[in-house]
Amino acid sequence: MPRSIPTLFRKLTSAKLFWPLMALAVLLLFNLVFTRGFFHISIKDGHLYGSLIDVLNRAAPLMLISIGLTLVIATSGIDISVGAVVAISGALVAMLIGGTLVLKDGVQTYVTLVPMSVAMIVAVLASGATGLWNGFLVSRVGMQPIVATLILLTAGRGVAQLITSGQIITIYYKPYFFVGNGFLLGIPFSLYMVLALLLITIAVTRRTALGLFIESIGINPRASRMTGINAKNLLLLVYTFSAMCAGIAGLIVCSNVKSADGNNAGLYIEMDAILAVVLGGTSMSGGKFYLVGSVVGALIIQTLTTTIYSIGVPPEITLVVKAVVVFLVMMFQSSKFRSLVFGRSAKKVA
Amino acid sequence: MLGKISVKYLSLLVTIGLLALMYGFGSFMYTGFLSPQVFLNLFIDNAFLGVTAVGMTFVIISGGIDLSVGSVIALTTMVAAHCLEVSHWNPALVILLCLLIGSLLGLGMGCLIHFFELPPFIVTLAGMFLARGLCYVISINTIPITNAFCTKVSQYRIPIIGDAFISPNVIILAVVVLAAIYLAHYTKFGRTVYAIGGNEQSAVLMGLPVARTKVLIYTMNGFLSALAGIVFTFYMLSGYGLHAVGMEMDAIASVVIGGTLLSGGVGYVFGTLFGVLILGTIQTLIVFQGTLSSWWTKIAIAFLLFLFCLLQRLFETGKGVKPQDAKAKPNAQPA
Repeated sequence: MPRSIPTLFRKLTSAKLFWPLMALAVLLLFNLVFTRGFFHISIKDGHLYGSLIDVLNRAAPLMLISIGLTLVIATSGIDISVGAVVAISGALVAMLIGGTLVLKDGVQTYVTLVPMSVAMIVAVLASGATGLWNGFLVSRVGMQPIVATLILLTAGRGVAQLITSGQIITIYYKPYFFVGNGFLLGIPFSLYMVLALLLITIAVTRRTALGLFIESIGINPRASRMTGINAKNLLLLVYTFSAMCAGIAGLIVCSNVKSADGNNAGLYIEMDAILAVVLGGTSMSGGKFYLVGSVVGALIIQTLTTTIYSIGVPPEITLVVKAVVVFLVMMFQSSKFRSLVFGRSAKKVA
Repeated sequence: MLGKISVKYLSLLVTIGLLALMYGFGSFMYTGFLSPQVFLNLFIDNAFLGVTAVGMTFVIISGGIDLSVGSVIALTTMVAAHCLEVSHWNPALVILLCLLIGSLLGLGMGCLIHFFELPPFIVTLAGMFLARGLCYVISINTIPITNAFCTKVSQYRIPIIGDAFISPNVIILAVVVLAAIYLAHYTKFGRTVYAIGGNEQSAVLMGLPVARTKVLIYTMNGFLSALAGIVFTFYMLSGYGLHAVGMEMDAIASVVIGGTLLSGGVGYVFGTLFGVLILGTIQTLIVFQGTLSSWWTKIAIAFLLFLFCLLQRLFETGKGVKPQDAKAKPNAQPA
């Protein structure tokens, strides 16, 4: 059977998860050859240590945001305000926990203004409220998603600075550091959050018809309305969910750096997240979405960044390499480019 | 007839009215606000934003978006500073080189967008990373410019009325705006841009040169971003990789406030100029007010953005016009 191998190859390459996984594999292979000790994992103090764990831990905020954004992009929308929401969430949690160093008899004591869990819940709920605002503008006012979220993108950082009165609030409350830096059973705690969110989202969208509804809005909003799908409320829900994911990511970012910086927290993370979603195979024009693909996309971006740092390329060039990789992956995802490169035979079959 | 015209230009009229209102408020509240120089400073301080916003207007009218403009401006300042200060090239040559780099970047992105059918958002995002990254490849530090020609241009003052003056940058802005108005409303190219924004498929079926026009739009925007970068270089007299961070959003905001629809097909270059002036007036107001912090600027701009988008939606539904991109906008009628 001479034809079976090309057919298999074609089948494999047309699977949506193939290209993102391929890109990740190539990156890891590159590290296997060029980066000494990239795959080395050791156990210190009962925690796993190593570049791979570091990549996973650092990618956590991006993975969280990409999961939320995937659903938004599936409705053929976009949310460019997630970075600003990260800043707002971080600012809120820092303000509620309080940024004062309290010394009692020369020993630091850990105090918060409000209980930590309350602070975190308030921050995530407030993020959800910003998402509700986005969703309101998109679904009720009927603004284009990019404009609606541009408003929050512009205002968000201003609001975050309003909360922190323009200061960078440093957090001294140690239990809070666990969110971004802690380990549970040897694995970074943030990964459990990502995994939980991913599993819940997959269960809710794939075990119920919700995912199908979201896709149908992305493919044809009018037809989905005719079939009785409540598009307005679904859009509201999707934008709120995206902002809440960003809010949770904000908690991790804030805990990671132990401070809240209204100006720089989550700066340009919306661009990375959109990239992660697109790398994962979800089309910007809406429709079918791939949650696992988006998570893989986020991992690709973080692996790339870590690789650049660890092979000793000056960090300044990170952006250039990132741009080149985006170009390459973009080209491979473009069906026009694929048919151009892999010959006309592919075109004929299609 | 009159009613028809007024509806078409209503958004623009509101923008102009708002500018007048804000300006009136400023002159009423703060002494010294109503001086010719404060008004002219609006143009001097925002010339670079104006130049790049004009390019952005064409991109948005055609239904696209360009996120790379801020980075291209930064790259231009960096290339200019490096060539002038480290390599000691002739300023004229440097300016030509910068414009060439900007145009080539735009050309490349335009080709990717059109020929490989990639979303403009992602392509220009990659362009943004590339240009910003190239800045750091040149240098991660600020390069101050001491070149005689540049400092001379930077300090040159053209008297207008009495003591009031403008800088050469304002002349560049004026030329760009006038040329763009001509291009948008009196040439084949301009009409094709509007047609693509209205409905690309129809434009193709009508036999319009869609491919050429689309690539040209992005090339022109790259060129104008580079020109804005040169204006910015004259204004700042330094090259730095962190110059003009977030400028793309300011440019998009001025275009939208100026009455251009982000869905494409509708908009005026003239309106964009007023959008830029409104952004500048907000900044001036906050400077004159004195106690408000700089982040209020952002909140004020966002509020205006919200107001204008709301207004545009009201006009659309008021006229009974169906949303142009039914995909992005759920129908407002009850089921």
